[in-house]
Amino acid sequence: MIDPNLFQLVCFYAFSAVTVLAALSVILLRNSVHAVLALVLTFFSTACVWLLAEAEFLAIALIVVYVGAVMVLFLFVVMMLDIKQEQVREGFIRYLPVGLVVALVMLVEMLALIGVRAMHAVSMGADPAAAAGVSNTAWLGTALYTQYLLPFEVAALILTVGVIAAVALTLRHRTGSRHQSAGQQVGIDPSRRVRVVKMAAVRAEEPEAVQEETRT
Amino acid sequence: MITLSHYIVLGAVLFCIAVAGLFINRKNVIVLLMAIELMLLAVNTNFVAFSRFLGDVSGQVFVFFILTVAAAESAIGLAILVLLFRNRSTINIAEIDSMKG
Repeated sequence: MIDPNLFQLVCFYAFSAVTVLAALSVILLRNSVHAVLALVLTFFSTACVWLLAEAEFLAIALIVVYVGAVMVLFLFVVMMLDIKQEQVREGFIRYLPVGLVVALVMLVEMLALIGVRAMHAVSMGADPAAAAGVSNTAWLGTALYTQYLLPFEVAALILTVGVIAAVALTLRHRTGSRHQSAGQQVGIDPSRRVRVVKMAAVRAEEPEAVQEETRT
Repeated sequence: MITLSHYIVLGAVLFCIAVAGLFINRKNVIVLLMAIELMLLAVNTNFVAFSRFLGDVSGQVFVFFILTVAAAESAIGLAILVLLFRNRSTINIAEIDSMKG
């Protein structure tokens, strides 16, 4: 029988390896569409890693919100823009050394810091949500709707502003196109459009001869 | 046994890959946006790990807010990108220099 802790560790390494490889291909692939698809794989395997940390709600939210909405938006934009691949990859070799050096130095510094802290390693204890006797979603939701209610509302406001800003930025006003202005239509004053005129009824004198001609 | 260091190392590696991506892809704004998404993902991984190991819900709440703000940011970023491509017919960073920065 396989040890559950060992199995957890093996799963963690597998998901991490997929995450890192997919992230590398995001920045290295030539085709932008392939890069977006690699980013989808990165998000998916990161969600698996989060599931190992028992953050179920956030893992599912990452897949639903990011893979389902944001990445599809990226794909739309990438496919809409007509980009020439060769032109895009110019200067790749020129900037590769400096990018590698900066990234490696940062990585070594961070790993050194983490290594110092890892001297007194904390191993994963019991799930705090399960210790409180609720599911992860209930645990997160309780904090979100009580302690963090105001930031939650502000986040909703930010999303609304984001939607309006995105629409306002991409809305195009063509010159010479004909459209109706709803504001002008609603704001019109009926008394200026229809004028009721009172006048006495009159009967026109119809000539007899004309009527005879139309009958025959 | 998974320790806290495992998660933090994963976050650090992801963040460094994103930084390298910012340096390497000097021509394509879309890849820059995706590198920023990768950075936020690395930070979120750290938040989730700390929340799990310290037993504090605040870390996961912060990940929630970061996801929200990142979604709004990428929507506006892509809108600006579409606008830029419509006006300049390019997303090459070297050619976007009209502000002489």
